Amino acid sequence: MFRLWLVLFVVFLVYSCFVYSNCDKSRLPVTSPDKSVVAGWNTWQQKNCQSCHQIYGLGGYLGPDLTNAASAPGKDDKYLKIFIQYGTGKMPNFQLSDSETNNLVAFLKWVDKSGKSRVPKESVTWTGNYNLDN
Amino acid sequence: MQKYLRLYLITSLCLLSAAVLFGLVASWAFLYPETYNKFLPFYQLRPFHVSAALFWIISAATCGILHYKKEAFPETKSDNIFAQLFIYTWIGTIIAIFVCYGLKKFGGREYWEFPPVLGLPLLISWLLLMCAYFIPLLKTRGNKPIYVWMWTTGIFFFLITFIEQNLWLVPWFRQSYLRELTIQWKANGATVGAWNQMIYGTSLYLMVKISGDGKKAQGKTVFFFYLLGLTNLMFNWGHHIYNAPAASWIRDTSYIISMTEWVFLIRMIQGFRKTLEEGRKLKHLITYRFIIASEFWVFANLLLTLAMSVPAINRYTHGTHITVAHSMGATIGINTMILLASFSYILGIDQKSEQLRKTIRFNFWLCQFSLFIFWIALIAAGVIKGYRSVVLNMTSFQEIMLPVMPALKTFSVAGIGVVISLGIISVVYIIQAIRCKEA
Ligand code: HEC
Ligand code: HEM
Repeated sequence: MFRLWLVLFVVFLVYSCFVYSNCDKSRLPVTSPDKSVVAGWNTWQQKNCQSCHQIYGLGGYLGPDLTNAASAPGKDDKYLKIFIQYGTGKMPNFQLSDSETNNLVAFLKWVDKSGKSRVPKESVTWTGNYNLDN
Repeated sequence: MQKYLRLYLITSLCLLSAAVLFGLVASWAFLYPETYNKFLPFYQLRPFHVSAALFWIISAATCGILHYKKEAFPETKSDNIFAQLFIYTWIGTIIAIFVCYGLKKFGGREYWEFPPVLGLPLLISWLLLMCAYFIPLLKTRGNKPIYVWMWTTGIFFFLITFIEQNLWLVPWFRQSYLRELTIQWKANGATVGAWNQMIYGTSLYLMVKISGDGKKAQGKTVFFFYLLGLTNLMFNWGHHIYNAPAASWIRDTSYIISMTEWVFLIRMIQGFRKTLEEGRKLKHLITYRFIIASEFWVFANLLLTLAMSVPAINRYTHGTHITVAHSMGATIGINTMILLASFSYILGIDQKSEQLRKTIRFNFWLCQFSLFIFWIALIAAGVIKGYRSVVLNMTSFQEIMLPVMPALKTFSVAGIGVVISLGIISVVYIIQAIRCKEA
């Protein structure tokens, strides 16, 4: 029994390494985050924006998914900045500085470039799976 | 039961009470954020609630294992230094985590939202637990029952996935958003798998004990199902990120592996008659009731999970409260029920006065009933949101959420039943634990 377990475990390790190195090799080019994006990402976690917002549908559900907020029609940097800096009734005002706000916007714009959160109907195949490669 | 285990059991139950209370208040903050933002905002309540819930589950599971291992591996010295060190560091870190949340100091990833330095004492305490568990395990020879395999797997994989959870602290993992996201959810998915191994192992152990049938934990079939569970732990996590444009083989692998869970469902249906017969003999036991309740919830949640694991259906359910129905349905209905069975067994609730058992039985039913409404309301909330955003293609968030709110109000009201019933059960058990000094 232990041998069977070991085989499975080795497969798991190999698969894990493969996932680490190849999971993002889809068709979209990957751009490394610059300093401002990384700072924005950290603020995102330190202010716990994820407890109300989702990215790729993951997170809390009180606010909207923000994966593609940066490229949504009618929404530009200024729009995002106003929300982030002042909040709304439902979204708290975090008293963020200008640089924190700019970093958060840079982060959201970088996330937006990684892909679309909504899967279009056309991408669903007959197996019930998606084809997101084109 | 040793003093330190008693302390640990009581702490776990306090975490359960805290989890349900924070959950209820969080649901109000969800409904009325304008009011709550002024003094206790949702972004503080959610981590309070979710961390209390997750630490309740992990603490209660390890508390049971530390208690049962004395019987499973007879060679342990009863006053195990490692176990004590584990418990004190673990509880201390949990307190520190709550203090951070109170001070609005966050910084971690979803579900582990505390400043990442606190991961270090958590890691150290887990290593201490592993010493406490593995030293006696490695000293005992011979074939082990499957529940020992499951406990061992759970404890071991929790370590692996915990380290994986924290890989984002290494800059290379943050070079690409999809890489970071994939690994985060690989780790999150497998962590849940790890605690499920500990908890299902405990459930099997309890069934062996109360039915007196050791064969339940031996043989090829049980081992096969253990391996199937383990395979799912290792490879099914991709269903959390179906919609992210990561490499397609991740989606393919997890879709195929997730579908093997049909085998669990079929087995439950096949075993239904046997379960009924057994139920007739054991139904007077409170321990058994909690286990049977967990089986009901396994069945209900399997139906939901199997559906959500088909990408074409996940397209509608992802990012809605159906996910919350799934996670709370499983953590309350399955995990909490088994852990309460475990504590009922440890505290000898079935040997207590009729009055006390009556109280527990009543609250048991109150919990099942309210949880069912709670669960259905969350599914309804998810269906409405999915329909409006995916089918009707609405884009305004406010507009999408408008008809979702009544469903969430129902959820919140049903939550009161869950809070009262689980709250009373935990208080009764805490009192019993304080009283049973000599047991
Ligand atoms: C208490 C919950 C909550 C928290 C925490 C929160 N938000 Fe929000 N956010 C909302 C809600 C709700 C909305 C939708 C607007 C509304 O209904 O008032 C929103 C809207 C937004 C929008 C506009 C989205 C759009 O497409 O119109 C952005 C951008 C945003 N939030 C960014 C952030 C950032 C960055 C953080 C962390 C610093 C954050 N939010 C924290 C609740 C929250
Ligand atoms: C033992 C009992 C409970 C456990 C183990 C538990 C567990 C959890 C977990 C794991 C989550 C995260 C869900 C996700 O992200 O998908 C969650 C979220 C939540 N829970 Fe609970 N829960 C419990 C009881 C309750 C109760 C009684 C309520 C009261 C109504 C409640 C209200 C909430 C709310 C409002 C959220 C946030 C959902 C969102 O972001 O919209 N929980 N819970």
